[in-house]
Amino acid sequence: MKQLLIISGKGGTGKTVLTAAFAALAKNKVMVDCDVDASDLYLLLHPIIKETHDFMGEKKSFINQEKCIKCGKCFFLCRFDAVKSIKKHNGNLEKIIIDDISCEGCGVCVWNCPVNAIDFKKAVSGQWYISDTKYGPFVHAKLGIGEENSGELVTMVKNQAKNLAKSNKCDLIIIDGPPGIGCPVIASLSEVDRSLIVTEPTLSGLHDAERIINVANHFGAEVKLVINKYDLNINMSTKIEEFCKKNNIPLIGKIKFDAGIIEAIVNGKTIIEYNKTEVKEEIIKIWEKFGE
Amino acid sequence: MIISVASGKGGTGKTTVAVNLALSIGNIQFLDCDVEEPNAHIFLNPKIEKIESFEILHPIIDESKCNLCGKCGKICEFHAIAVMPKKVIIFEELCHGCGGCALICPQKAITEKSKELGIIRIGRCINDIEFLDGVLNLGQAHASPLIRQVKKTAAQIKNKNQQITIIDAPPGTSCPVINTVKETDFCILVTEPTPFGLNDLILAVETVKKLNIPFCVVINRFDIGDNKVEKYCKDENIPILMKIPFSKEIALSYSEGIPIVEKYPEYKKIFYDLFENIIKRVNVNIQ
Repeated sequence: MKQLLIISGKGGTGKTVLTAAFAALAKNKVMVDCDVDASDLYLLLHPIIKETHDFMGEKKSFINQEKCIKCGKCFFLCRFDAVKSIKKHNGNLEKIIIDDISCEGCGVCVWNCPVNAIDFKKAVSGQWYISDTKYGPFVHAKLGIGEENSGELVTMVKNQAKNLAKSNKCDLIIIDGPPGIGCPVIASLSEVDRSLIVTEPTLSGLHDAERIINVANHFGAEVKLVINKYDLNINMSTKIEEFCKKNNIPLIGKIKFDAGIIEAIVNGKTIIEYNKTEVKEEIIKIWEKFGE
Repeated sequence: MIISVASGKGGTGKTTVAVNLALSIGNIQFLDCDVEEPNAHIFLNPKIEKIESFEILHPIIDESKCNLCGKCGKICEFHAIAVMPKKVIIFEELCHGCGGCALICPQKAITEKSKELGIIRIGRCINDIEFLDGVLNLGQAHASPLIRQVKKTAAQIKNKNQQITIIDAPPGTSCPVINTVKETDFCILVTEPTPFGLNDLILAVETVKKLNIPFCVVINRFDIGDNKVEKYCKDENIPILMKIPFSKEIALSYSEGIPIVEKYPEYKKIFYDLFENIIKRVNVNIQ
């Protein structure tokens, strides 16, 4: 089974538009959206949800105020500045609370509280779905607002996609990746055979592509690159081409800026379905080189 | 006053708005908290005066003291310690550096060593802007602790004359964004008029509402796409305080790392108006 990932480092370079086009072109595959906190692929694939599951995130600490003796041990042990003291008007300590945004769920305060006043609970922090689309099965998710552990949810949807691919006898998984280089990206890269980096001809695009290429190499995935909207700055595109040559990264396509792409998104269509763009042929060629 | 610039979707123009706003106001602090892919330095070109290393602690096991009791593996919530029949294995990339294992080890076989997670760069750029950004080391997963440290460092070095701080946030709605936007006084949400932009704007709005932060919307490339973002803002009573047109000239100057206000000075007033509009809404006294 082959896993192909589309990533970019920088957001908004065109990952999802390309993934949706590949979904329309590839045969016998499962699609996954690993951008679990701002997923957009569903807007082009129009899934019919077959299964919805709760995602249980990490545990978080809560102080039981009736039991708390305000000794402050948790305050000194917490390395994430999550334990806060609330003072009364006269400056005396009123209570100690845990800021659940800063709490990383390590449990150190829980195990070390001398009066067992700290609860440690898991909560539902998102949902994941198995859906049908006209292009085949699709696994996607929605992390709750402000929740942590996007990496774990990414791993969850990828494992589901793998099972689904096995049971449907699909030999290909196409993954829409998240922006950035941190935990959800690293989780997306796991077990991936080949990554496509989508960049744009800007200094920011090149800067971010260099960082994500390094991370992808670090985790052992083969890397290819495309330049989207390449004609917005031809000089910068040439710089990216030189960068690719120097670093032995196959540049497998250059896509023109085309307002038709935005129209296609507005119409909820993939580039392959939407006939009013000039870039369809180029994207088909890119898929041939990426999906081979 | 601290103004954060965020967006659900990436690539909508957060950095463009944050940088141009900063340059139009002047004499402020500027923080780039998109530590995974920081780009503001490309536009502001700061002269970096100081680089601070940000480290977290990871455990090391003294095998001569360890009796393989397994307590450390059991309490580690991040599955960063595996106790095997003959040896303990540490997965550093999973470790959050909480120190729980060293505390619980009955044999005192665990000590900690520091490992760099990323760096904080501090410098100055034109218009009296004090610049700080965080840069996450490649291969590191945890952006949030570095983000918190950038904000902490900025608060420590801030001088009395700098009444305004502008923060460029990472994309998305999960923990790195929350850590960036929380405890700011106002948040600008930058979006684009496409179904992707709208979908992610709705998520971003939920995020800032959850944090109880007053906010507005800026629509970038407002003249391409559809009108559903504007309709959504109208229905939800969300102020749209600025609209930036799509222009190949702006796109070109962005691609070369040139701020809009540098190439098109008439934009300075538009960004300053945005700033004044925000001040009115937050109701703070700025001299």
